[in-house]
Amino acid sequence: METETKPTVDFSDDFPKFTREMKKTHTILIPDMLPRHFELLRHVLGMHGYHVEVLKNEGSKVIDEGLKHVHNDACFPALCVIGQFLDALKSGEYDPDRTAVLITQSGGGCRASNYIPLIRRALKAEFPQVPVLSLNFAGLEKENGLELDLKFLLQLAYAIFYGDLLMSLFNQTRPYEVNAGESEQVLGDCVSHLKECFSNGSYHKFKRNVLDLLKAFSKIPVKAEKKVKVGIVGEIYVKYSPLGNSHLEDFLLAENCEPVVPALMDFIMYCVVNNLNDSKFYGRRDKTTPLFAVAYRWLVAKQRKVLRLTEKYSRFEPQHEFEHLRKCADAVINQGVKMGEGWLIPAEMAALCETGTENVVCAQPFGCLPNHIAGKGASRAVKKLYPRANIVPVDYDPSATKVNQENRIKLMLATARENLQR
Amino acid sequence: MAKLLGIDVGSTTVKASVIDEEGKILYSSYMRHFSRVRECVLGELEKVRSFSGSFKICVTGSAGLGLSQRGKLNFVQEVQAAFGAIKKFYPDVDAAVELGGEDAKIIFVTGGAEQRMNGSCAGGTGAFIDQMATLLDVSVEEMDRLALQAERVYPIASRCGVFAKSDIQPLLNQGASKADIAASIFQAVVDQTVSGLAQGRRIKGKVLFLGGPLYFFKGLRRAFQRTLSLDDEHAVFPENAPCFMSLGAAMYAENSKEESLEAVCARISALVGGGEIAVSKPLFGSREEYEEFLARHRENDLPQADLESYEGDAYLGIDSGSTTTKLMLITPDCRVLYSHYQSNNGQPLDIVAGQIGRIYSLAGERVVIRGACVTGYGEDMMRAALGIDFGVVETMAHFKAALYFNPDVDFIIDIGGQDIKCFKVKNRAIDSIMLNEACSSGCGSFIQTFAKAMGMEIEEFSRLGLFAKHPVELGSRCTVFMNSSVKQAQKEGASVEDISAGLSSSIVKNAIYKVIRARTPEELGTHIVVQGGTFLNDAVLRAFELETGKNVVRPAIAGLMGAFGAALYAKENAASALPMSGILTRKELESFSYESRSIVCKGCTAHCNVNILTFPGGRRYISGNKCERGAGLKPAGDLLDAYKFKYELLLSLPDPEKQGARGVVGLPLQLVMYDQLPLWTAFFETCGFSVVLSEKSSRELYFKGQHTVASDTACYPAKLMHGHIESLLDKGVDFIFYPCESYNLDEHSSVNHYNCPVVAYYPELLKANNERLTKENFLMPYLDLNEEKATIKTLHKALMKYKLPQSLIKKALRAGFAAMEQFHGQIVEKGRQILAEAERQGKQVVILTGRPYHADPEINHGINKLLDSLGVAVLSEDAAFEYGNKVKVNVLNQWTYHARMYRAAELATRRKNVHVVQLVSFGCGIDAVTTDEVRHILESKGKLYTQIKIDEINNLGVVKIRLRSMLAAIEEQMKEHGN
Repeated sequence: METETKPTVDFSDDFPKFTREMKKTHTILIPDMLPRHFELLRHVLGMHGYHVEVLKNEGSKVIDEGLKHVHNDACFPALCVIGQFLDALKSGEYDPDRTAVLITQSGGGCRASNYIPLIRRALKAEFPQVPVLSLNFAGLEKENGLELDLKFLLQLAYAIFYGDLLMSLFNQTRPYEVNAGESEQVLGDCVSHLKECFSNGSYHKFKRNVLDLLKAFSKIPVKAEKKVKVGIVGEIYVKYSPLGNSHLEDFLLAENCEPVVPALMDFIMYCVVNNLNDSKFYGRRDKTTPLFAVAYRWLVAKQRKVLRLTEKYSRFEPQHEFEHLRKCADAVINQGVKMGEGWLIPAEMAALCETGTENVVCAQPFGCLPNHIAGKGASRAVKKLYPRANIVPVDYDPSATKVNQENRIKLMLATARENLQR
Repeated sequence: MAKLLGIDVGSTTVKASVIDEEGKILYSSYMRHFSRVRECVLGELEKVRSFSGSFKICVTGSAGLGLSQRGKLNFVQEVQAAFGAIKKFYPDVDAAVELGGEDAKIIFVTGGAEQRMNGSCAGGTGAFIDQMATLLDVSVEEMDRLALQAERVYPIASRCGVFAKSDIQPLLNQGASKADIAASIFQAVVDQTVSGLAQGRRIKGKVLFLGGPLYFFKGLRRAFQRTLSLDDEHAVFPENAPCFMSLGAAMYAENSKEESLEAVCARISALVGGGEIAVSKPLFGSREEYEEFLARHRENDLPQADLESYEGDAYLGIDSGSTTTKLMLITPDCRVLYSHYQSNNGQPLDIVAGQIGRIYSLAGERVVIRGACVTGYGEDMMRAALGIDFGVVETMAHFKAALYFNPDVDFIIDIGGQDIKCFKVKNRAIDSIMLNEACSSGCGSFIQTFAKAMGMEIEEFSRLGLFAKHPVELGSRCTVFMNSSVKQAQKEGASVEDISAGLSSSIVKNAIYKVIRARTPEELGTHIVVQGGTFLNDAVLRAFELETGKNVVRPAIAGLMGAFGAALYAKENAASALPMSGILTRKELESFSYESRSIVCKGCTAHCNVNILTFPGGRRYISGNKCERGAGLKPAGDLLDAYKFKYELLLSLPDPEKQGARGVVGLPLQLVMYDQLPLWTAFFETCGFSVVLSEKSSRELYFKGQHTVASDTACYPAKLMHGHIESLLDKGVDFIFYPCESYNLDEHSSVNHYNCPVVAYYPELLKANNERLTKENFLMPYLDLNEEKATIKTLHKALMKYKLPQSLIKKALRAGFAAMEQFHGQIVEKGRQILAEAERQGKQVVILTGRPYHADPEINHGINKLLDSLGVAVLSEDAAFEYGNKVKVNVLNQWTYHARMYRAAELATRRKNVHVVQLVSFGCGIDAVTTDEVRHILESKGKLYTQIKIDEINNLGVVKIRLRSMLAAIEEQMKEHGN
């Protein structure tokens, strides 16, 4: 047909752009997801002249703002994030004329890529002057992205590697610590130390820094006790964000369990490798494909290093190796399932089961489309491979109550405890 | 020896059991707690104190968690508790089904122990049964008795109460017997448990049935036994079923520490409400504030006239709603002669006939009814039965009534028992209409159901909320969720007053933020008229004023506005059109009677359950039919219906003459296949295969595959796919072909060209959840059809077994693409013809904007036929979008099918007689993005936006109102603009 020759009618609204000058004048708000990771990322962004604040606001006001501005059927993460932004802007702590907000965009076939327009629409109603910045690697929103150069990117990657390691060490120590509060204390020290490393440029002395962290946590005295280990997988936001999952990690700790939370870097490598898979599966190639290949090789090498060091120099269990996760996926689902968290979810479930964490909470926003397939849909296949797998899917939603969620998790835990005694 | 005490605190009841160390049951009880959890538990403890000695205590149940934490008592998850008790008391049982107030559980004991619980959005529980009994206006015991007398079972959605309601309401209105409906409700609960919970695993062997509902309701027991084919020996209904969990908890109490009951009682008595619940401001700060509020609203009233002395003309308005019937008789100067408001109790026709008779007897010969008009669900029936002159769609009736009270009105909101309607008004014409969707109801009847559950009348319950000190925040989604929120609040110790006020606020918030989708209260307008029975409730009205920050007009006849509007309509139209009203005369009314019978229509494959009412003089009223054929009429023809054209074209594609030598391939006609069937049919036929299609979609087909559905919140088209797969397996095809496609074809109208995640990867879910599928009989290659080379390679590999040369695959693929292009060409050409023909005939055109698979009659429920019967030409988005320009939109335009919708909408903005009705599948997360954008495109050019949510629900009543409202509004707009 003559589509190519049809004119384009513009139905889009105007929205404020983030200009270079705003870097100097504006505070950039980002929603919280992983407190330690984001503290490091905030620091890195600060080094590049972006004044960033990670939002910690919670409670019914946040959810109410979200409900007001987000469609009933849109995802819960969008609702939380937008609620946090609006609530923060209304708190009076930030001058709306000198504030911007930042969000990531994966550019995949899931509706999560549409957070930006949803945020813009919400802001338009009440704070039309606030620009929205996008952090993505899919070439979207070219006018409103961060100015990323190679060094900047490397620093972000290092921050995530360190954040992942800290999260894993903390989770393996905190449930067993002899002196209450010590793990939290060490964690805080490590974060400060790492920020120092970023500031003085020694952040890329990877081996030394990793060993420092390992050493710091190894020193914490722990009890020899067997606890129920519970893995957390699922949609990226509710999997990690305490606001999104009603403080799931804290709940599990209070239930005398050890939470096992897979690395954030896995998700990033998943996004990178999906680009390579597209070229392998379908022959889809463009000029960025070789760049993704280079990036992937670098990430694999770095991740392998952390894992090897952890294995060699500490008693801690290393996190999963990404190439291994891909193999786990292949046993359950095709790596072609790449929207949302796609094949990564069953891959992590399988990898957790394989390493003795057979109890898994699959956290998902209510009605999450990719999760129909890769979460609820695939758990049966995982159970076939690992008959002892004890997986509970939990829907998160502004109105699904904590009672309901906790009751289901408790059922899973009851089985888990029985299995532990066997 | 300490005795073991188990306490089970559920959503509606408290159960307690005492056993001794040997496991002998000493005591057990079961009682409703009416949200007074703490008091009720204390009461139980008091009773148990008659046993001497110390106790070991363990708590279980959904509402027991908070109590155990704060009362420092041991807790065991209730399924776990049941599991323990089963193993002890019924060691030979294979599985157990437990239905509670708001939970449903299945425990598999033998053959791999497994425990399952319903998701957060699943009905089929005790609360669901309560809700349904309220709807039928019988007690649950009565409902059970009725169910035993049933003769037939209707299909009813049981996933959640809101859905079931929309299935039951039309049955009631059509006069189906309550006995049959009661049995259908129980059957729905069984289906939900068996399919939703067991998910493919068979419930067999000896089965134990637990929980209150299964103990008390024989009808439910019978339905379970019949569905699972269990004889009396294999279906065990224990005497202690209601308190079974507490028995289990008592067994787990073994590990609790021993203590005296006094200590425990003292601890629990000392508990005060927890700090975790969110509260909001009180509705009224003081009595004075309330008095002032009452005085202000008293101003909006209609003058009365005395029917027993009045002489002259009068106009009658009837609002025959889904749950209530309203009548109003007015004088030409709008004084009220007579009004009436009554619950239907399933027999609206009798009520109206009776009321008209009453008017006749009061009015004598002095009053002449010059015209009568009816609105609402029962419109057609009333007109046929009673000779009412006019019918008006209820939105117009409400609008007319509101206009009377405030000529400057710019916003009207009507909250009734079952639905919420909102209109924006511009230039004295309806500018946009918003109705609640199936899943954001939370309407008036919810408060009523809840009041009943608390053992109170609605008036009393609402009044309690007026002066509540700390109204609870309960969220604003659907009623099922609100139930859980209430449960949580109760757990935290909120008072009945606070909950009552909280419910009023949540209904208001639901309406403002979810139905109207207002971002700020200012968007609603400045002159707001509120109406509907629910607003007669002062707590709701106050909550609305507080939330919007505006004083609004609530007419004293808020509950009768539909009837008043209808009467006004009769007045406006009677003068010019009628010499006299055609309404039954007093004499005719005295001899009025009717006969009702139901049959299954055999007009087409839909097999609608049709109900026929026959009136004196042979007039008939037929309902339940989806098309004219059922009403004994001929369809208007498919000339102007792109949906029908497309569907029939697709079905004609596989050529039965072509017997392929290589084997038989099955193609499931659902989801992406609605677009790509031509491609794959031609491909496989060229390769030398015979092509067989899956059975046509139907409710039965859905049930066939329901046990393999993994996620019951997925969209209906996806869930239907399971049935299609089963049907192909049953047909014995050599293999089923169903590719995974992240990317759809690039149609150059969007930034990217993805499929939605469900369309893209559904084969993965099928493979993982249907045990009949294997690598051999289910081929699901990952394809990107934009890349020919890779596609050929992948197909070659997938079909390795058949040793097809690559060159043949290439040839076949090209033949496939040619066939698909031809198919799309035919559809686009049909679109052109329809546009031209409608223009010539001066007809309105509606683009039913959805996805290709919405062409499936089981998915669109015949909405295209409905439009046809309303005299409107129907286009599909794929027949229209080629005539639309490309668009730049706010959202990321990255899905092929969705990009078509934007362009179709663009076309509508440029043509006066072309409109958009967007079809949205329930649970479609992507349409959460597209609906706002399609609306934006249309409204930016002054076009009406209408959205219809579809699911397995079969009820077209609401859809009809929506479409008629739209058409009426278009007509009004045209009048206003003078063309």
